[in-house]
Amino acid sequence: MIVEFISRAILLSIPLLYGSVGEILTEKSGHLNLGIPGIMYSGAIGGVIGAFLYENACGNDLANMNPFLAILIPLICSILFSVFMGLIYSFMTVTLRANQNVTGLAITTFGIGLGNFFGGSLIKLVDSDLPSIALTKTSKFFKAELPFADDLGWFGEIFLSHDFLAYLAIAIALAASFVLSKTRIGLNLRSVGENPATADAAGINVTRYKYLATCIGSAVAGLGGLQYVMAYADGVWSNNAFGDRGWMAIALVIFALWKPSMAIVGSFLFGALCNANNYVQGLGAETQELFKMLPYVVTIVVLIITSMRKKREHQPPESLGLPYFREER
Amino acid sequence: MSQNTKKHHEPLIHIVKRDDMVWWQAWGIRLAAIVLGVLLIGIVSAVLTGESFFEVYGIMFRGVFGRIFEGKTSMLWKFGQDTVILLCLGLAVAPAFKMKFWNCGAEGQALIGGLAAMFCMIQFGGKLPEWMLVPLVIVSSIIAGAIWGLIPAIFKARWNTNETLFTLMMNYVATQIIAYYVYIVGGGSNVINPVETGALPVIGKSQYLLNILIVAALTVAMHVYLKYSKQGYEITVVGESQNTARYIGINVKKVVLRTMMLSGAVCGIAGMLLVAGTDHSINKDTVGGQGFTAIMVAWLGQFNPFVMVLMSALIIFLRTGAAKVADSNMLNSSFADISVGLVILMLVGCEFFIQYSVRLRRAKKGVEA
Repeated sequence: MIVEFISRAILLSIPLLYGSVGEILTEKSGHLNLGIPGIMYSGAIGGVIGAFLYENACGNDLANMNPFLAILIPLICSILFSVFMGLIYSFMTVTLRANQNVTGLAITTFGIGLGNFFGGSLIKLVDSDLPSIALTKTSKFFKAELPFADDLGWFGEIFLSHDFLAYLAIAIALAASFVLSKTRIGLNLRSVGENPATADAAGINVTRYKYLATCIGSAVAGLGGLQYVMAYADGVWSNNAFGDRGWMAIALVIFALWKPSMAIVGSFLFGALCNANNYVQGLGAETQELFKMLPYVVTIVVLIITSMRKKREHQPPESLGLPYFREER
Repeated sequence: MSQNTKKHHEPLIHIVKRDDMVWWQAWGIRLAAIVLGVLLIGIVSAVLTGESFFEVYGIMFRGVFGRIFEGKTSMLWKFGQDTVILLCLGLAVAPAFKMKFWNCGAEGQALIGGLAAMFCMIQFGGKLPEWMLVPLVIVSSIIAGAIWGLIPAIFKARWNTNETLFTLMMNYVATQIIAYYVYIVGGGSNVINPVETGALPVIGKSQYLLNILIVAALTVAMHVYLKYSKQGYEITVVGESQNTARYIGINVKKVVLRTMMLSGAVCGIAGMLLVAGTDHSINKDTVGGQGFTAIMVAWLGQFNPFVMVLMSALIIFLRTGAAKVADSNMLNSSFADISVGLVILMLVGCEFFIQYSVRLRRAKKGVEA
């Protein structure tokens, strides 16, 4: 049971990891993107639309489907959708200098609406006769596990039985961690987030960095939505099923102290907390509801502790949330 | 020869901060943004549904107001109710936002206010006379909302804890407490049957009239508070510059705590109106995510309560109307969220053209770069 619990917690943690790594990249450029929940929804629905159209084009027959295309098409559609949302956000906040919180909330409203609308209307829009969106065939390709995972007992179930997007998430987190702390690009990006005026004076193209960080961050976050639908939900879309994972991902950024590698640990912990109510013995249904509060309470506690300790390396980027207007210095 | 042959890169356009714009010009731009957004919604829905462009607006209007020309006003009352609830939440977050305290927790504060009302209605219903119970319901929901708003403010004032995320997380804590309570009271059925004891009285023809009157009074009160009171002035100064506020002797911490208490209290009133005034029951979705929409109402209304009335009416109109357009074509009613998001993005974006002017590069003849 403990093996199942850990394995399940990892599965639950992956969307959170994608979301928080995406948000960390964005926040490092000085933008608090509250649109992440909406962006994750649109990434998910983008993948669903791509997969749905491809399955339809193949006559809903598993034999006609090319495994390579079955993964590539949803992946690209998902990235396109989430980058599009990221572009709207960065155009509004970087070029038009709109308030980041309000823009982000509007993007979230828009994105969640987009996801639920297409999720609920796709079948009608393409005149299909399917009863519901169940992309189990595409999901099979996404969930293909390593062939020898089952032979290795608990080790195989915990570490090797996951879908490829789960490993990709960890790879992206480690890569982001490396880029941020060890490369010139990462240094420039951090300087843009800390003090854009100084970065500008040093010859860094502030606008380009902000746009790229937001759009790449959105693409990463959107993959989290895709992973949720294809691997966790077996390709079955149901409206609002993704829930508030986007907000949790944003909270995780603080938990991880703006470090992508810490986000791996944090997301696993959150995944475990989200899941714990199913595994603690002897809980009544009403106590389970209280148990579901845990991830949020833990976030609040971490938030308070980090703000109390005030260690310099644990602080958010200096100019987080502030617009940059070159002529206003 | 000192001639510099290197070509200077000059951007095609450059952006200049405007001086204050005349108010009617600014509102002209905002109106244009709204019209543009509404036209866009019309086009998108016409494409998706195959209805004619003008018919879309017909469906929207009928969906919101019903058969108002034939004297049937029930839809109009519902429209009023939805508008005032959103407005009430907007009024609640406005002072906090004006102070640059990003209160994203209106949802939770309203839920906790509603919970307090529900708790009193159930616990003391039948034990206390109505004339005592109703004020108790009102006062307890106000206090509960204020406490829920005060918690993040204490940490913000003392340790500068990030309030955006703190208030956000408090929403979910509140949601789970409601889920827990509903489970206990409802006996596992996830529904609390409507409780009539301690509910607000119905006055006039519609059950919504009292809610509308209360929020109307709140709107005027908030306007006076923000614009003409000393505390309102302190909020403005703290929002513009904390250093200035400190310099002129304003106790910033006190202002933060007081304003968030007020913000939470008004949210509590909104929750009370929903629970004791309308539903007489509570569940996780009683507020229905309107806490976030309210933030946008406050921001778009420039913290002016009377403009916020128009903004919430606009948002409710679009939300109800767009849902109807989608519904009548068997599409998912989340189209409402897309429409509202679209118009809000338009409005947020248009502020740029109010604050800055874009100038095309002029050819500079005879001037050395």
